[in-house]
Amino acid sequence: MSGQNEHAHTIVGPRVYVVILFALLVGTALTVWASFVDLGFWNPIIALAIATTKATLVVLYFMHIRYSSRLTMLTVAAGVFMFLALVGMTLADYFSRAWGSW
Amino acid sequence: MSSDTIVRLPDQATASIPKMNYLTKENGILSWLLTGDHKRIAILYLISLSFFFFIGGALAGLIRLELLTPQSDLMATDTYNKVFTMHGVIMIFFFLVPSVPATLGNFLIPMMIGAKDLALPKINLLSWYLYMAGGLLALYTMAVGGVDTGWTFTTPLSTHYVNTNVLTTGLAVFIAGFSSIFTGLNFIVTIHKMRAPGMTWFRLPLFVWAHYAASILMVLATPVVAISIVLIALERTIGIGVFDPTKGGDPLLFQHLFWFYSHPAVYIMILPGMGVISEVISTFSRKRVFGYTAVAFSSVAIAVFGFFVWAHHMFIMGISNYAVLVFSLLTMLVAVPSAIKIFNWTFTLYKGSITFETPMLYTFGFMGLFTIGGLTGVFLGTSGTDIHLTETYFIVAHFHFVMVGGMLMAFLAGIHFWWPKITGRMYPEKISQLAAVVTFIGFNFTFFPQFILGTLGMPRRYASYPPEFQILNVFSTAGATILGVGYLLPVLYLVWSLKYGAVAGDNPWQATGLEWQTQSPPLTENFTEMPIMDHEAYDYEWLENQERKKESGVTSVG
Amino acid sequence: MSDNTAHDARPPYLRHHFNSVEQQADTSTFAMWLFLLTEVMFFGGLFTAYLIYRNWYYPAFVAASHQLNVVWGATNTLVLIFSSFTMAMGVWCAETRRRKGLVLCLSLTFILGLGFLGIKTIEYREKIEKHHVPGFHYSMQSFLDPQSDPEVYAEYQDKPLQPDMAVHTEVYFSLYFLMTGMHALHMIIGIGILGFMILRARAGAYTSGHVTFVENFGLYWHFVDIIWIYLFALLYLISRHA
Repeated sequence: MSGQNEHAHTIVGPRVYVVILFALLVGTALTVWASFVDLGFWNPIIALAIATTKATLVVLYFMHIRYSSRLTMLTVAAGVFMFLALVGMTLADYFSRAWGSW
Repeated sequence: MSSDTIVRLPDQATASIPKMNYLTKENGILSWLLTGDHKRIAILYLISLSFFFFIGGALAGLIRLELLTPQSDLMATDTYNKVFTMHGVIMIFFFLVPSVPATLGNFLIPMMIGAKDLALPKINLLSWYLYMAGGLLALYTMAVGGVDTGWTFTTPLSTHYVNTNVLTTGLAVFIAGFSSIFTGLNFIVTIHKMRAPGMTWFRLPLFVWAHYAASILMVLATPVVAISIVLIALERTIGIGVFDPTKGGDPLLFQHLFWFYSHPAVYIMILPGMGVISEVISTFSRKRVFGYTAVAFSSVAIAVFGFFVWAHHMFIMGISNYAVLVFSLLTMLVAVPSAIKIFNWTFTLYKGSITFETPMLYTFGFMGLFTIGGLTGVFLGTSGTDIHLTETYFIVAHFHFVMVGGMLMAFLAGIHFWWPKITGRMYPEKISQLAAVVTFIGFNFTFFPQFILGTLGMPRRYASYPPEFQILNVFSTAGATILGVGYLLPVLYLVWSLKYGAVAGDNPWQATGLEWQTQSPPLTENFTEMPIMDHEAYDYEWLENQERKKESGVTSVG
Repeated sequence: MSDNTAHDARPPYLRHHFNSVEQQADTSTFAMWLFLLTEVMFFGGLFTAYLIYRNWYYPAFVAASHQLNVVWGATNTLVLIFSSFTMAMGVWCAETRRRKGLVLCLSLTFILGLGFLGIKTIEYREKIEKHHVPGFHYSMQSFLDPQSDPEVYAEYQDKPLQPDMAVHTEVYFSLYFLMTGMHALHMIIGIGILGFMILRARAGAYTSGHVTFVENFGLYWHFVDIIWIYLFALLYLISRHA
């Protein structure tokens, strides 16, 4: 351990990054195209799904989560979970107001 | 009061404070203001926190003085609004939230896990500077007229109907929030990454578990109140409309965002105190904490569940009935882990060798008062009864029981318990026991009548009230005077003890825990050698072996 | 003592309270992830507000979003994606001790970041000119009478909104400026740090084994990119079909 200055983790190379870059560019084109097509209530779902896919690729590969410890993965998951809890539970109040009082 | 005591001090004729320690390592004001040493930063926090506590306390005194009479005769009602608002803002954001974590947590966590410092010493110092900046800004706000919205900044009052210093107070809270975030971040990283060899998660003192749970809350919840303050600021200045019904906004959105933090905030406040209680109760019963795993996991459970109950502060505000149902149910769940702790502490006492030194007196006070406060929380979590009790003095009594009867007592227990470690000196036992009893009596006189006032219907945040409530208010104010004495005494005798207190030695309480196995006050780097943890937490047999080794001439490590 | 012999092997950048370079690097990366979590929750409040009001005032949000130029928005998205790529490549250069490569990658990231801000300035200027900035002589004219705005009308042929719905376009723009403004603030801070890093990188600070600063900054930069990915989808692409 003494004298070793690199971390004991994989060094992700350019090939992976180029593939992910390409995937992100395709995703962007896709999502722009989809917004011009009338898919009814699917539009926002598709937009968010594509955005989430892109975000996931950035997190996994650009941010190296794919090669990280369980702790780091758990930390990211905790953050996503809390974000969803904030948004979800607050929205639940707003949506259920429309149901009226019983 | 039992005359038995577990205190074992070194021979005062020959004992002295170790010449080399974290206090003597460097001199000069810059060595304090630019320090990276977690222990010095803890002292900086302790001094500033005490200062803000007494300002908040003075404001409380003003409140109780005003409420001696049914009319608003001591001050104008607008002024009264400012007084209780600043009392809340200062006590919550500038005292309770940082109290145990920033002082005892900062000081002890590295020592308890066997590390030389926290993971991010510079961020630690930055935390203190942010705290001071926020605190001074809050004081400035008071000087230029204060704010009168209540510490909860409820919209649209705070955005559209008051002319007072909402922005500056909001900014002060925003800055203090980042102080809290950085402290929590530091703790989480330290506890994960800097434990000594052999210090597994389940050998950690429960104090560390409690701070870990509180830190998760600090990191994840505080940013949400930060954004809610930003939104208020923009609503007030530009009129963006997010909380303005005339522009289609919803004032309740602010409350969702505000309480998303402010409910976990109460757990940020209480969990570290619960950590202190675990340590003290074990030491003064000479027994390991009953159900270590349950207590450890219940800390984390409180943190997790605590995230999902915030709308119980909004039952009457206009959320949907279905949201009321869900949040009420979840609130019932969050009470369970707290109760588990109380049970476990009680079972720790059972068949223990109990002595009644000051930290233990505060701990007993905590257990009784926190239980009462917590149980009354259940009445409030039940939406039906909450409709009648909310916004009355019942709420005021509830949160003062848990925060003052609970958290503040735990803080005092911790300060007294670790005072010998921090300063190398013992505080005077008799007067401190007296102060603890005075505090307990004063507290009950102050806040128990407020439960009754609440059920009788006296609203909170009112300077004037119907005359039939006066007698209970007078009781409450009388109690507050006694309580004030109880809080003043420790300041006096603790400062006295710095010069005249008995030399404490390494481990006057014969406690387990790595911090007690080093000198008092500790060295800057905490340990001379990296400690190896080879025994469970609260292992009194291991401690006995250590004592035997020392007596038989084997030099101990560290 | 255990660390005397290792003292000679302790690199200068290893802080005294850490036992090894690995521990220090691990710790600082973990700390950066936790900081990013706080940022997620910070933006979370804004996303919550957005989702609520989009649900309540959907027609206003659609009409208002047509005022955003999807070409600029998509271009900005591509700019940021490329900048994430160059940043990731920069980290690789640091890890493989390619000093010149690192400087190049960081400089490209810097330029792309500036490009993003430049496009944002163009977009903001347009909003200001059209009086679509809440609180500053906000005008609903384009929504009450879409034909008064020929460029946008030619593309989308929006129907006029009723006044009580048109009022809510101001909420949309509040959130637009809030969210993109907060994002832009984070970009500005990032670009500032990038400038500092380029200077240090030229001096070889990051290509002699101590890559943590670059790595952790990369995490921050990618996070800001992710925020924009969502902002683009939510603010620009609500519904652009006729």
